[in-house]
Amino acid sequence: MFIEDFKIYSNIKIAENTFVIGVESNQKVDDLKPGQFFNIQVSENYFPLLRRPFSISDVQGNKIFFMYKIVGEGTQILSQKKIDEKINLLGPLGNSFNLQDDFENLILIGGGIGIAPFPFMIKQIPNKNYKVLFGVRTKIEAHNFGLKNVLYSSEDGTIGIKGNVIDLLDEELKNLEFEKTKIFACGPNAMFRALQKYLSDKNILCEVSMESAMACGFGICQGCPTEHKNSDSYKLICKDGPIFNIRDIVI
Amino acid sequence: MSEIDLSVNVGSLKLKNPIMLASGTVGYGNEISEFIDLSQVGAIITKSISLKPRKGNPPQRITETPSGMLNAIGLTNVGVEEFIKTKIPFLEKLNSTLICNIAASSIEEYVECVEILDSQESIKGFEINVSCPNVREGGLIFGNDINMVGKITKKVRAKTSKPLIIKLSPNTSNIFEFAKVVKKEDGDAVSAINTLVGTSFNIYTRKPKIKNITGGLSGPAIKPVALAKVLEISRNVDIPIIGIGGIMDWNDVVEFMIVGASAVQLGTVNFINPKASIEIIDGLINFCKQTSLNKISDLISSRILE
Ligand SMILES: Cc1cc2nc3c(=O)[nH]c(=O)nc-3n(C[C@H](O)[C@H](O)[C@H](O)COP(=O)(O)OP(=O)(O)OC[C@H]3O[C@@H](n4cnc5c(N)ncnc54)[C@H](O)[C@@H]3O)c2cc1C
Ligand SMILES: Cc1cc2nc3c(=O)[nH]c(=O)nc-3n(C[C@H](O)[C@H](O)[C@H](O)COP(=O)(O)O)c2cc1C
Ligand code: FES
Repeated sequence: MFIEDFKIYSNIKIAENTFVIGVESNQKVDDLKPGQFFNIQVSENYFPLLRRPFSISDVQGNKIFFMYKIVGEGTQILSQKKIDEKINLLGPLGNSFNLQDDFENLILIGGGIGIAPFPFMIKQIPNKNYKVLFGVRTKIEAHNFGLKNVLYSSEDGTIGIKGNVIDLLDEELKNLEFEKTKIFACGPNAMFRALQKYLSDKNILCEVSMESAMACGFGICQGCPTEHKNSDSYKLICKDGPIFNIRDIVI
Repeated sequence: MSEIDLSVNVGSLKLKNPIMLASGTVGYGNEISEFIDLSQVGAIITKSISLKPRKGNPPQRITETPSGMLNAIGLTNVGVEEFIKTKIPFLEKLNSTLICNIAASSIEEYVECVEILDSQESIKGFEINVSCPNVREGGLIFGNDINMVGKITKKVRAKTSKPLIIKLSPNTSNIFEFAKVVKKEDGDAVSAINTLVGTSFNIYTRKPKIKNITGGLSGPAIKPVALAKVLEISRNVDIPIIGIGGIMDWNDVVEFMIVGASAVQLGTVNFINPKASIEIIDGLINFCKQTSLNKISDLISSRILE
């Protein structure tokens, strides 16, 4: 873990309310794992006060990229950052996706900005087949930031199928052997709830990346608990997660 | 110029500098020690320990507010037994002054915790939390009852000769009366303040943002309140005060000391900048040099009110 000022290298709008910010360090940044995140201080004057967590979207040499959606004050400030400005990163934080399992096919499910960690992830497994199922509200939120094989679902039917990512998944799984397939999902809790229910009678591996309001991001505030089926105490999303097996989480 | 002396005394507790890390904002030391050398700070105060482990409150536990945050963690902790078994060995190795913070829901429980922990050599003092706003029993009910605070101080005092600090609640209109009782019952010092009761609602769902509905407000938003409480105690009671509330940098520390604090604790800032304590110590050395101050303790209660 480190705390370090990075220089902003790029900050580009890629879809409605969606940006990718690239930051650059003087040193090489290695040892970053897909699924991990950084806690970013969006303002130097402590207003807003807390750092904001963002998943690593891509790494290129000494540059790290984060894909983010404007939802409130912090992300609004982030979207106005200019090239060469400094920004402070704390991380890398959290556990990572387990890509070691013996699977052939990969299904990546992203609800909204949930696809953020996937471009970095697929680089680690160049020889596997993957498909991205990307659920958006409407067409202008859709993009494919370096991802191939993207299928869309939209709430209003303006892109891909009209419906949600579970409908897409149902269609996709018809042609795949469950034992050779693994699902990774990132998105809102409502999506995980639907996914958990859908997968309950299917023997298929699925890891999810959970979100929570966070103050510290590294385990000292106890602010980000989640109920876990195999534990009497809460797990911390920032430290024990954010990646959990979908069968273990209580949502 | 001679070396700057940053050391301070808080009652019988001697600290190499006035910077302590507040309970609940450093866990049991291990995570934050990845960022800083904890032996450099004056003291670290562990998360409130209770007799039995506590799971804490359900999520959502925190939310941000203007220049602050609300938390309702609910005193999540591993309990005394596990603390001794798995946390103390690591804390001992840190070579830092360790203060153990204790929370309980009855006088007997406070006493029992102190009795069990008193023999641990690495624990250099106790801070008694009578002021957590986020639990039903104990917490605020004790913190607002002057007789109770007196009794807890007296009973715990009888069990330990180590420095005894009582952490006071700001959620009262006469905090100095509580400090008076602590002094009367031979407490060494008071910590001021714990968090203020606050709440925050989502205007679209009309629901509270944290599950517990109310939580404890901390961060820069509470600094003026904390300073006023320290001043109030300092003007009325002759007892060492540890100032807490919204400290973000060395300027804030100087302000607290001038107003009456012998030492301070850093809380919320540890989440945002876990290196803050070390940067603050450097800042204090520079300030002393700049203002030709050889001993930082000369700042304590040096306020000029007229
Ligand atoms: C591990 C993790 C990884 C994330 N990765 C990404 C990502 O790659 N891209 C992206 O766009 N978003 C991501 N998020 C969500 C992102 O952190 C929030 O959207 C962002 O903090 C909102 O800040 P704001 O100031 O714009 O909104 P506000 O609503 O003003 O935020 C207020 C407070 O709530 C917290 N908060 C609000 N919403 C969330 C949320 N959904 N999750 C966590 N904290 C929240 C903020 O940190 C802040 O303290 C991630 C969250 C987590 C926990
Ligand atoms: C997340 C969080 C957890 C806390 N837990 C405890 C605790 O267990 N015991 C305690 O005495 N105080 C606890 N506190 C209070 C702090 O020690 C401190 O008194 C308060 O946060 C004010 O200081 P600050 O504004 O610098 O954060 C907690 C505060 C926060 C923000
Ligand atoms: S965000 Fe602080 S413990 Fe997880």
